[in-house]
Amino acid sequence: MTDWIFAIVQTLCVVLFAPFMAGWIKWLKCRLQNRQGAAPWQPYRDLLRLSRKQVVLAETASPLFRAAPYIVFSVTVVAASIVPIFSVQMPTAALADVIVLVGFLALTRFFLSLAGMDIGTAFGGMGSSREVTISSLAEPALLMAFFTLAMNASSTNLSTVVSHLAQSQFILYPSLIFSSMGFILVALAETGRIPIDNPATHLELTMIHEAMILEYSGRHLALMEWAAMLKLTLYTVLIANFIIPWGVAMTLAPQALAIGVLSITGKLLVLGCLLAVAETVQAKMRLFRAPHFLGLAFILSLLGMMSHIVLEVR
Amino acid sequence: METHMFLTVAQSGIFLSFLSATVPLLFLRQPYLLVRISFLLLGLSGIAAAWAGGMILLTNQAEQMVLPIGLPWLHVALRFDPLSGFFFFIVGFVTFTAACYGPAYLREHIGGPHPIGTLTFFTGLFVGGMLLVLLAADAFSFMIAWELMSVASYFLVAYQHDKAGNRSAAFIYLLMAVIGGAFILLAYGVLAGFGDSFSFAAMAAAHLSPTWATIAFLLAFIGFGMKAGIVPLHVWLPQAHPVAPSHISALMSGVMLKVAIYGFIRFVYSLLGVIHWQWGVLVLLIGAASALLGVLYALMQHDLKRLLAYHSVENIGIIYIGLGLSMIFHATGHMEVAALALIAALYHCLNHALFKSLLFFGAGAVLQQSRQHDMEKMGGLIRRMPVTAACFLVGCISISALPPFNGFASEWLTYQAALQGPLLRSGILGAIIPIAAAMLALTGALATACFVKVYGVIFLGLPRSSQVIEAQEASFGIQFAQGLLALCCLIFGIFPTWVVSTINVIAVNLLHTGLARVAGDGWLWLTPIGKQTASYGALSILFGLGASWLIVYFLLHPPRRDNQIRIAPAWDCGFGPLTPRMQYTASAFVMPIRRIFSFVWFIFEKVEPAHQGKGPRFFLQINDWVWVFIYLPIGKLILKLAKRAALIQGGNLRVYLSYSFFTLLFLLWVIV
Repeated sequence: MTDWIFAIVQTLCVVLFAPFMAGWIKWLKCRLQNRQGAAPWQPYRDLLRLSRKQVVLAETASPLFRAAPYIVFSVTVVAASIVPIFSVQMPTAALADVIVLVGFLALTRFFLSLAGMDIGTAFGGMGSSREVTISSLAEPALLMAFFTLAMNASSTNLSTVVSHLAQSQFILYPSLIFSSMGFILVALAETGRIPIDNPATHLELTMIHEAMILEYSGRHLALMEWAAMLKLTLYTVLIANFIIPWGVAMTLAPQALAIGVLSITGKLLVLGCLLAVAETVQAKMRLFRAPHFLGLAFILSLLGMMSHIVLEVR
Repeated sequence: METHMFLTVAQSGIFLSFLSATVPLLFLRQPYLLVRISFLLLGLSGIAAAWAGGMILLTNQAEQMVLPIGLPWLHVALRFDPLSGFFFFIVGFVTFTAACYGPAYLREHIGGPHPIGTLTFFTGLFVGGMLLVLLAADAFSFMIAWELMSVASYFLVAYQHDKAGNRSAAFIYLLMAVIGGAFILLAYGVLAGFGDSFSFAAMAAAHLSPTWATIAFLLAFIGFGMKAGIVPLHVWLPQAHPVAPSHISALMSGVMLKVAIYGFIRFVYSLLGVIHWQWGVLVLLIGAASALLGVLYALMQHDLKRLLAYHSVENIGIIYIGLGLSMIFHATGHMEVAALALIAALYHCLNHALFKSLLFFGAGAVLQQSRQHDMEKMGGLIRRMPVTAACFLVGCISISALPPFNGFASEWLTYQAALQGPLLRSGILGAIIPIAAAMLALTGALATACFVKVYGVIFLGLPRSSQVIEAQEASFGIQFAQGLLALCCLIFGIFPTWVVSTINVIAVNLLHTGLARVAGDGWLWLTPIGKQTASYGALSILFGLGASWLIVYFLLHPPRRDNQIRIAPAWDCGFGPLTPRMQYTASAFVMPIRRIFSFVWFIFEKVEPAHQGKGPRFFLQINDWVWVFIYLPIGKLILKLAKRAALIQGGNLRVYLSYSFFTLLFLLWVIV
């Protein structure tokens, strides 16, 4: 029972932390670019304001348009609930493994892109088309990277994978290096960051995620934005717990848990810094360069898997 | 005394379907009555078949019988075991839904240029033939039933034969069915030669040298593959399926392809018995190629039913991936993983039958209402046909393999089997299985992209033509059939444990090993290998989704009345009203993918600049690479050879008589 309560609390924590993560990256970026920048907790204010505002719906909106934000948000929350964040001892990880996690992310994207096409404006279709193109290249790379980790731990259960990675002796396996690199590239593409998409832009030639949610307003927009922030946090947590898993609690003992909470918070903040730096020093790619980027991610992930099977299986 | 209860019910199912073919012919003058009676009998046949199949699977029995008909030295042998029962259930259930769908769908065909009696006659024969294939226990009756199924479906494809395109599609279908049938016949011939009998029991007992076994396997692989539609033998599929009436397309795509899979499984697992890993590699690679090419070709299609037909190629590819994995693991002695992969393939057969029929039914309803084949002229149908739109959405989610619907469960099992690849400890296999898994992952992602396109262009946005504006919700029978299938997609998605433990019986029968612990951790959890390794609790996930939806809804929904939703025109950037032509079209939607994977298709693209008052024009033609580079040259070659051979046609009677004379002389010389 304690396990389940802990899993729910942990999910709530990450859901509530997500806006701060987004605000933190934004604030750092502003600082790096010599701008004043809004405080890191600005996204909380934005979400609160949006949730109080009146919703304006287009005349052509269908019921799917209204249901999509709820679906996208709740699926992302359920996805967050199966990822080990502070501790690997969580019963929810058994509900859904890493393949289901990828399935959840695909499900949110499915509804997000459909919502983009619902109103019948050019922007929505443009965003959806770009999103499905990019994700159809990114998703296999993501799955391959996950498979490599899963084969290493001989399990697709996220808790088992993370605890295996955290407990095993630190050896730089080639498979882990390749698949981590592939995974980081995919994470950048899937969370709509530079060099694939620019979260700050509303220019029709470049936007992807923003184009799909252009017609949303009020609480619907708040949910969509929050889901995007949660997805960003989720990917960062996955990077943290897969690549630098040390510190994650193995049990629910208070001391271990405290270390787990502190270490993951620290890792997220540091990874946020790295992302802000990376976004400051490079520019967005042309859309048709994106396949090269994602092709690289796919090849790296596949290389990781091959090198695991060829070199590391005894 | 043996009982034949389920077999008797199964036979009565076949009998009812033949009745549904013949009895209505008494009422040719009263088409409404004809349609009613025919579909009533067909529906009963479907119920009987589904019940018998389901029961024999659940009770895990095998019943056999020899009917006193057929050749004097070879009576028709029937055998009804869990494998046949499983496919019997699929055929029966989809036939039942098609019988619900058919009458409403055919209403507008009554009084049309094509007689309804033809359609119902061949539908009954087609369903009866499929069911008979599943029961046959000797090669002779198998081939007769198989050809009955092929020929009856040829007449169904050629039903609207006034269009030249339909006739040529039907001809290509018949041609490939005949060639495929010949391959299957030869494959059985090899086995019969060693077993000295046409009965399956004797064939299974025969001992073949590896070379002959491989020859038999290759013949069967090509023969059944031609019917199943694997790349590069798939070309008839996208031509024939769109042409037939929609409930027939559903039967052909959802069910007939599964009968081919049944034939393949029966041939390889129970008749050949000994499986070599090289065969598994071939099946795996062809399956992966079919899956990937099928979805890529589907992405570029704008005719809805043709697109769905290409998705059948994709899904057959996924099934073959499962079978290939199963064969590899079987040959290397990892029986439990082989059972897992076989179960994944069978589960995907069931799922594909459900969601593909659902999608074809939806496509039929859309075509009937909008009178458009071309997706580029649809749009906004979700407001006009809400029930069809909701069911179609379920179909789209299922076929895109998204949780918690059924398509995901079977792909999840396939991935789990592929992840056991490191067990094999072999360099080549170890490299091939991950590549197949990568192709499967890419296929899944592209299928999602394709169905976003399909659903977004057809059901969402603004209507792109005037007929679509006038579309209305389809009638009750059509809605009922779709609703039933959509419900099944959900049920078979959230109770995978139950399905897997039921299908496990088949694996036990074929491989003598099943999954040791399907439901070892309770029915909520699907744990094919062990709870530590992988688990999937679909129902709990659904519960979690529902709970978080409700919490968010109640937290965010405004308690006060002054915060109601305001409906307003969409923002047009100040340039005048939005028109449907401003939307992304289906071609535009997939343009980035077309550009990225441009080497896969044979693309002809041309822009004609504006001149003499005409606007600029854009031409785009996308052809199947296989068709252009393999089939057309073969066709040309055959025509050329035929012209050469035509030289002997002198047209003179004396010449022909002398041909007969010399032939006779030659034969006498050979014999004597």
